[in-house]
Amino acid sequence: MYQYNEIDQRIVDERVAQFRDQTERFLTGGLSEDEFRPLRLMNGLYIQRHAPMLRVAIPYGMLAARQLRKLAEIARRFDRGYGHFTTRQNMQFNWVQLPQVPDILAELATVQMHAIQTSGNCVRNTTTDAFAGVAADEIVDPRPWCEIIRQWSTLHPEFAFLPRKFKIAVSGSIDDRAATLVHDIGLTACLGATGEVGFQVAIGGGLGRTPIVGDVIKPFLPARHLLTYLDAVLRIYNRFGRRDNKYKARIKILVKAMTPEGFAAKVEDEWLHLQDGPATLSDEHVRHYADFFTEPDYPAPDSGDFAARRADDLAFDRWVERNTRPQRQTGFRSVILSLKKTGVPPGDITAEQMEAVADWAERFAFGEVRIAHEQNLILPDISERDLHTLWQLARAQGFATPNIGLLTDIICCPGGDFCSLANAKSIPVAEAIQRRFDDLDYLYDLGSIQLNMSGCMNACGHHHIGNIGILGVDKNGEEWYQILLGGSQGNQAAIGKVIGPSFARESIPDVIEKILQVFVERRLPDEAFLEAVQRLGAEPFKERVYAKHH
Amino acid sequence: MQNIIDQAGLRDDRWQLLRVEPGETLPEIAEDQDVIVPVTHWLADHARLGARQGRTAVWLAADGDPAVLQSTFNLLPLIAIDFPSFTDGRGYSSARLLRERYSYAGELRAIGDVWHDHLQALWLVGFDSFEIKSGKPLPQDIQAARPFSEHYQASFRQPWPLFRRCINHG
Ligand code: SF4
Repeated sequence: MYQYNEIDQRIVDERVAQFRDQTERFLTGGLSEDEFRPLRLMNGLYIQRHAPMLRVAIPYGMLAARQLRKLAEIARRFDRGYGHFTTRQNMQFNWVQLPQVPDILAELATVQMHAIQTSGNCVRNTTTDAFAGVAADEIVDPRPWCEIIRQWSTLHPEFAFLPRKFKIAVSGSIDDRAATLVHDIGLTACLGATGEVGFQVAIGGGLGRTPIVGDVIKPFLPARHLLTYLDAVLRIYNRFGRRDNKYKARIKILVKAMTPEGFAAKVEDEWLHLQDGPATLSDEHVRHYADFFTEPDYPAPDSGDFAARRADDLAFDRWVERNTRPQRQTGFRSVILSLKKTGVPPGDITAEQMEAVADWAERFAFGEVRIAHEQNLILPDISERDLHTLWQLARAQGFATPNIGLLTDIICCPGGDFCSLANAKSIPVAEAIQRRFDDLDYLYDLGSIQLNMSGCMNACGHHHIGNIGILGVDKNGEEWYQILLGGSQGNQAAIGKVIGPSFARESIPDVIEKILQVFVERRLPDEAFLEAVQRLGAEPFKERVYAKHH
Repeated sequence: MQNIIDQAGLRDDRWQLLRVEPGETLPEIAEDQDVIVPVTHWLADHARLGARQGRTAVWLAADGDPAVLQSTFNLLPLIAIDFPSFTDGRGYSSARLLRERYSYAGELRAIGDVWHDHLQALWLVGFDSFEIKSGKPLPQDIQAARPFSEHYQASFRQPWPLFRRCINHG
């Protein structure tokens, strides 16, 4: 894992001091509301429905045990004893007090953490595959590149005030688990003809009001050019992106207006001047970053009584099946701790749970935890012999709901319970669905279904790329919900389509049930839900859902 | 202009900023007055403007293209870039282009919604004088407005990114 050097630490400390000064000036009238807003947003501080919300960066989703303990301490001291993981691998605290925020940031800085650029119209936290470094299908470890991008984007003097927010995702594996095609820039690391590392660069993807899958503008960018090329893209966007209408200000609108080819050509022109400049990365530089992410010393694989336990205990076997993933290191698995227990808002985690996970990471693995953009926690590097013990511990902490990838593993934004932009609540809808579909056998039979929900078209819950998407809308001051079908993330990212008029909140579980009935009746053997929707089209689902008498 | 800060400190100076719309004509200018005129007026009339006893400079709007000034660089002692709002970041790119691509060596001034929180980033991309927005506290010393002692990126002031300076070669 990356470790700050003295300069990294100083920059974060100086940012805390700067923000403390800005906050004090705001509280004493030296900065107006309008002046302070963009400044606080650049440090992840929103004013929410009930209280300010602070979004803490978890760079590319990696946390050390001591960092997780610090988050637990902050949750207890400054919040109400819990935090919330977002779909962008960050943590949000929903109940902080503005005057205390500088102190929280100072606490974070003691464990090499910060809230820099977790909001605002700037380059946001770079996200990646939660299984980086352990995935069997990995070609290039994306983490060193994420750290290189983190440093490049941190307090970049030219790009602090972009037209709108800017999100970069990096994938280095065959399966794209970082949703790269729905980011402003999606980088897919690959190997060139001579074995040289490079990136496929996709641009202009995104969700929100205008959901769109990104276009590849550069099939192979040799990795040494990464930063100069990013500078070129950002400069074109900074100069020419629309600033007259915030709903048309994302880079995707500019790319559309210029066409992807036109945009690519403009970037190439700009890049000609920057290419091979001082920000070009040499092999030594890359090695410097890569050395922070070398494989730990795995003990010899020892499965203990793992196989026997699985054979004896169906519940354990199911959990292994759903909530663990094999790694490329034989005998080790990544455990997915489900934050989707019925009755708990998706992504929420208590301070006690955080501390428990930190303990397990140290006891069973190498002291490191990942945040998945599906809002679950991942403990990599668990030896098969320890899985049964860990399963029991996870069960006691409410982390072992064996529902990863199933209908109830819902991605869900905080919605109207917390967020002041919301049209509708999302957490109670997620809970109603989890309660309706609580029969595990049925869920297993349905197989993989990604259900995503957002409380408004800002799409923090990624509803467009859920196989089933739910979007809260406002109808004359009442909360209604649209249903989308056919979205997917990954290599074949697709934007789901709204099936028709929206529904009242109470009827959502019924609507989902009808959709699932059609699937169960018409699926081919072993066909996944998404495949069935793609094969059948939305029509049969619509017919059932909107039928007058059924 | 008032409340100008640069390396030498805080002062008022002789420049008069003429904020005139592109279609409008310039007001009467005293022969010995130093003026900053809009780019369109400059390009249309730089022979006459430049021949006056007083000096002439230009200001570029946020969406202005710095490339158009290239042919008259040697006549321009100062270029100002306007920030209609501090959240409009286009001027940062314009400044880098002027300095790094077109090698403009005269004074580069940030005008508009400019105050001390942004001076350091503006300095890094190439500005060297700043008109502090009225009503804002006036830093006496430009060094005081530097919250960060280091930066990761390459910039006009520091062409070498941090990784090139601190990773040992060999
Ligand atoms: S999708 Fe809308 S309601 Fe949900 S968190 Fe984002 S802005 Fe708030």
